[in-house]
Amino acid sequence: MASPAVPFDEPRPRRIGERILFVLLLLAIVAYPLVFPLPYYRDLGIKILLYALLAQAWNILAGYCGQISLGHAVFFGVGAYTSSVLQLSAGWSPWVGLAAGMLVAAVFSVLIGYPCFRLRGHYFAIATIAVGEIVHTLAINWEFIGGARGLTLPIQPDSLAAFQFYKSKYIYYYIILALAALCFLITWHLERSRLGYYLRGIREDPVAAQSVGIPITRYKLIAMALSAAFVAAGGSFYAQYLLYIDPDSVFPLALSILICLLVVVGGVGTLWGPLVGAALMIPLSEFTRIQFGGTGSAVDLLIYGGLLTIVAVFQPAGLVGLFRRLRRE
Amino acid sequence: MALLSVSGVTKRFGGLIANNRVSFEVAEGEILGLIGPNGAGKSTLFEVINGYYPPDGGEIRFQGQSLVGLRPDQVNRVGIGRTFQKVRPFLGMTVIENVMVAAMQHTPDPVTARREAIKFLEFVELAGKRDTNARSLSVGERKRLEMARAMATRPKLLLLDEVTGGVDQRTIPTLLALIGRVRSEQGLTLVVIEHNMRVIMSISDRIVALHLGEVIADGPPAAVVKERRVIDAYLGDAFVVPTGSGG
Repeated sequence: MASPAVPFDEPRPRRIGERILFVLLLLAIVAYPLVFPLPYYRDLGIKILLYALLAQAWNILAGYCGQISLGHAVFFGVGAYTSSVLQLSAGWSPWVGLAAGMLVAAVFSVLIGYPCFRLRGHYFAIATIAVGEIVHTLAINWEFIGGARGLTLPIQPDSLAAFQFYKSKYIYYYIILALAALCFLITWHLERSRLGYYLRGIREDPVAAQSVGIPITRYKLIAMALSAAFVAAGGSFYAQYLLYIDPDSVFPLALSILICLLVVVGGVGTLWGPLVGAALMIPLSEFTRIQFGGTGSAVDLLIYGGLLTIVAVFQPAGLVGLFRRLRRE
Repeated sequence: MALLSVSGVTKRFGGLIANNRVSFEVAEGEILGLIGPNGAGKSTLFEVINGYYPPDGGEIRFQGQSLVGLRPDQVNRVGIGRTFQKVRPFLGMTVIENVMVAAMQHTPDPVTARREAIKFLEFVELAGKRDTNARSLSVGERKRLEMARAMATRPKLLLLDEVTGGVDQRTIPTLLALIGRVRSEQGLTLVVIEHNMRVIMSISDRIVALHLGEVIADGPPAAVVKERRVIDAYLGDAFVVPTGSGG
């Protein structure tokens, strides 16, 4: 070789501008409920963060590992029901219930994943839809967890231990912010760790990944369990926030699809895609629902679907992909 | 003792016998060429050794350990690396990330893996393209990338499936030189599937010829190309003339 050894370069440090932008974004997110104290905006903020959490959790499995699940509502429901049932029948604290829900969902996801991961690509996605619908139907018919009537959680005095807040509802905002932040932090770390490299290898080519010594089924299951656990945390939070759940609100196929769509719009397999997707689409869906909803004309869904089509056709890498391209040019 | 020994391996697909009691050995430090016409069972044999297909009979041993029943990732971890006939780089990742994924088998730390990956990219002369996307590489470059990726798992034996397939003529000498260096500088043993007779003659210490799933010849290149069964099955009579003068 004519040229001397290529100088070794460490991964490029982040630009200073990016850091400033990140800190400002973080401050804005933390200050949001104080700047917009009205219940409507607070509730909107909570929804955005909840969906950002669900979307990021889905992104770990689908975005990084390439396994498109359209049954993630299952884990949302498992989280919601686990903490609620434990609270109602055994008097467990919702916080312990939340942790238990994460664990139950992780175990359940491995049981589902093991057979489903024998299927590739679209077939895996179809199998997860089937699992989602089966679990939904079972929940409707299972009297022990309230059947189709659902579960109502008892109202308790305002306290962090009881996971209930009436005088200062903004605490819900900070709880979901903490959960979402944890999920984003783990994803950030995942991008820089062996696990992340392995998942991306599996996504790009499972056969090649296996040829370099990656036990692909084990790593898919790890991604699935991590993903399911965080979706379940979102489910437990949801149950505590509304104090009422029923199968149609926590197990619907529409929820599974919505989670997927948020990431598609924001950017699949990117750290910020799920947040961008949720921050854009959740307010948009709220706005169109308020403006056009309830008229039976489904204009809100038309706008929503139209936007998705535009993204899918013109910017399949999502909005984060668009930013990256603009920055390069 | 042989590094790899294949004995009596049979693989059937329904009524089709792709490998029929195939036996051969690979000695440490050897470059073994595997030839045969299309459908002779070369690639199937690779997939059986690698654990993608379970054999219907026979035994495969690597350093004395049986490989039968191991998954492809386990076969890699005992020390066998491979490339693919139709190249399979991780297209959505950069060149260096492709190799890092493999290097991480021996280190969980990305910085160490990156340093390792650079070494192998320098070896295959792709270090200058380390930050480009694998998608933008030519076929020849992708073949080299696959070699670097396989070597980054630090195997003892490297299985190369059609290194020169789909590569333009000018690039072939570079690839051949590279294969030679894989043995001389990295100390690996190689089994190479190759269609190009000139290529296989020039790099192999020994050639095993397959036809309709069976081994029809096994020996030094000069002897194998003179075997009547090899000429009939694969080379054709036209090949008889040049071997007399060239050797």
